[in-house]
Amino acid sequence: MTKDQRIKKRHRAEARFKLYGLVSIILALTFVGFLVFTIFSKGSDAFSKTTIKVNVSFNAEILSLPSNPSLEDIQDADYYDLALESINKLLLTSNPDDEKLLKKLFSPDFDLEIKNYLVKNPDLINQTQDINLTSSDDIDQLFKGNFPRDIPEDRRQVNDRQLEIFDELVAQDKIQKKFNNYFFTNGDSRDPELAGIGASLLGSFFSVVICLILSFPIAILASIYLEEFAPKNKITDFIEININNLAAVPSIVYGLLGLGILLGFMNFPRSTPLVAGITLALMTLPRIIIPCRASLKAVPPSIREGALAVGASKFQSVFHHVVPLSLPGTLSGTIIGLAQALGETAPLILIGMVAFVVDIPGSPIDPASSLPAQVYLWSESAERGFVEKTSATIMILLTFLIVMNFIAVYLRQKFEKKWN
Amino acid sequence: MNLGIFTAILLFCIFSYFFGQTTAKKLVTNQNLKLKTLPTYYGYFVALWCGIPSLILFAVWSLFEPTIIKTIVVGKVLSASQIEAGLTTNLIYQKILSYSAGNFTGDLTDTIKIGALAYAKITSLAYKAKLASILSLASIGFIYAFNKVSKNNNARNDVENILKWLLFSSSVIAILTTLGIIFSLLFESIKFFSSINIFDFLFGTNWSPQKAFVRDASAITAEEYLEIKDAFGSVPLFAGTAFIALIAMCVAVPIGLFSGIYLAEYASYKSRRTIKPIIEILAGIPTVVYGFFAALTVGPFFREFGESLGLNVSSESALAAGLVMGIMIIPYVSSLSDDVINAVPQSLREGSYAVGATKSETIKKVVFPAALPGIIGSILLAVSRAIGETMIVVMAAGLAANLTINPLESTTTVTTQIVMLLVGDQEFDSPKTQSAFALGLTLFLVTLVLNYIALRVVKKYREKYD
Repeated sequence: MTKDQRIKKRHRAEARFKLYGLVSIILALTFVGFLVFTIFSKGSDAFSKTTIKVNVSFNAEILSLPSNPSLEDIQDADYYDLALESINKLLLTSNPDDEKLLKKLFSPDFDLEIKNYLVKNPDLINQTQDINLTSSDDIDQLFKGNFPRDIPEDRRQVNDRQLEIFDELVAQDKIQKKFNNYFFTNGDSRDPELAGIGASLLGSFFSVVICLILSFPIAILASIYLEEFAPKNKITDFIEININNLAAVPSIVYGLLGLGILLGFMNFPRSTPLVAGITLALMTLPRIIIPCRASLKAVPPSIREGALAVGASKFQSVFHHVVPLSLPGTLSGTIIGLAQALGETAPLILIGMVAFVVDIPGSPIDPASSLPAQVYLWSESAERGFVEKTSATIMILLTFLIVMNFIAVYLRQKFEKKWN
Repeated sequence: MNLGIFTAILLFCIFSYFFGQTTAKKLVTNQNLKLKTLPTYYGYFVALWCGIPSLILFAVWSLFEPTIIKTIVVGKVLSASQIEAGLTTNLIYQKILSYSAGNFTGDLTDTIKIGALAYAKITSLAYKAKLASILSLASIGFIYAFNKVSKNNNARNDVENILKWLLFSSSVIAILTTLGIIFSLLFESIKFFSSINIFDFLFGTNWSPQKAFVRDASAITAEEYLEIKDAFGSVPLFAGTAFIALIAMCVAVPIGLFSGIYLAEYASYKSRRTIKPIIEILAGIPTVVYGFFAALTVGPFFREFGESLGLNVSSESALAAGLVMGIMIIPYVSSLSDDVINAVPQSLREGSYAVGATKSETIKKVVFPAALPGIIGSILLAVSRAIGETMIVVMAAGLAANLTINPLESTTTVTTQIVMLLVGDQEFDSPKTQSAFALGLTLFLVTLVLNYIALRVVKKYREKYD
């Protein structure tokens, strides 16, 4: 091998090596892109729902309402017959079999929707009105085009006659796509068209707020102690090692801690944001302390010495000068820690936050779910409607996380002082 | 109720702050004393003495109140010897609570009525006692502090001393958390190991805890006992965990390491600033999202792909879970190795260039060996994360414990089993539930050792070049 050949060979090796690096980066970026793309392409459908326009005449006789009914009368009335009668008008000929099939095109709560409409507009009694009623999940998927029509009838949820009715309604322009308000306001449900993230959104909110209240002050105080006051001795070393190890303990172990001590030993109520918040706070604490200490360390000693030189006590120099200067870093570390807590699932499963919660929780001691736990729960259901809802929940969760991380980065870049 | 007491304490504190401040100011006007420090410090001093002891009492009392009330009420009910057959005391206590709260449905028995009466009596008594003792403690603190203030002590030093203790106790919470973890894991594990031999657990190769579902633990026949004894062999779980972690590392280490090297050595400053945060997005995505991705996209894709090749691939294959876990771990490896490589002093590189080495030769022969301890540390941290990862394997890996090294079959992991054993209603006294804590304990110890070694290696490495 001549010298030239050797150099060429070495340069080829150089190019190959650089290519490996580039390929790995591109692979990593592709993974990010692919993940986000699959979630968003599946989930975007969940923000709209399919409705069927029904002409409802609010006949006071069918509802057996007295003349001049009060709001209570309207709320107590039975709307089922009225609702059935109204939707049956969609059919041109009356046929009991068809009526049964027709009913299945609507969500099981269709009479409730009519009731809620009347409660909101009580002066509609004895008048007729076009109302958009939520359709069942099968029709929803059919209308969104996620439902193959050419497979044999017995493997379909919607049979041929229902398809005929559906096509007729589409031709009459009675079927429309509307914004899915249920997705944000409802609790969990067995029917995908009625299921929403209301309960889990509030549950997550309560848990994260409790986590913030507990972990933020303790983390700041602990990092101030370790960074500014702690003497260099065995106890301090031990605390430091402890914190570093706790930050790397698997999150499921914190779930076992919550289950064993908070639920088993102290008898806290199960499935509540209170327990979730405490567990998450214990988990988040070391993860906040580490960035807090880093940002305290970044404040140069000249600041402390300047304060001490004009007669401030150690405490005054720390609390009046060092802590305010380190605040941007501290806050951004806290927000990132909270974002992690928001996305955490495993510990919540162990303390019973994966529950079927229909009612929206009113306080931190009501049973609730949380956004990631809702993702886990729905991901186990096979219906296409739930797959869509799961992806949409992930979209909401990711949006929150992106916003939180953005705020953290902004705080740091905008307010943090560069000392050198 | 608790909220009321809490507000009372807070109001008392605010009042005592202003009281302390004005007392100090009066000392100046009335007795013509020169204050040793600013008046606000006198205010803080009184408020702290008033608030801290009572808040501590409040917290401790609130923590233990439910347990103590429960013991007393259950004791009362038991002494009335009206325990119904088939009902545990816990269940009866739940019924008593819901009856007292007014939302009880079901058969109302005398036990519940007696219990509810006792419950109402004890709670109201406890509330009064709590309020009285907290208020008197606050007053004692207030009087003590007030005495000191009127003697014009140096309040600033005292306040700072108290605050220093407060800071110290905040940092001790980390130790308490560790103790809490160890206590809760050990407590149940010891109970578990008293019925199952620890060696059977560590070295047994058969994991089927559903067999151990025995209603009455005291009435086990010898045959059943043998069966239960053999049901808790954790080797398949640890093998499965290690296997999936290995697959994950096969994905994450090459991609992460090469990305880290590229970012540190080749990428321009500008592209580094944009690419690094994008890769770190992978670390910020909740693991449940990866689990969903693995279970709904990657798993079925592998199955269909395998079928088209004529292979029999489980839809919960270890390969799918491991691959997605590997993707999750890429940023941990890449970020840490990027930092570590950046910390290698420039002089080493320049020496290598000076003798005519190309960039890749410098990286391979000089930078990489120098950074190796740090890189190993970061890989160990990544392994510990892979072992402890839960949601991906719960959603994408299997439930049955197979001892297999075929990546296309399904295996289960320690974390999956912990979740499966503890989801739903648990009875605390069955070996099935306790085994989850024993698994948790082993998981905790393994990750602890890994983290400890990794953190030490990284620290040693940093010290070398600092």
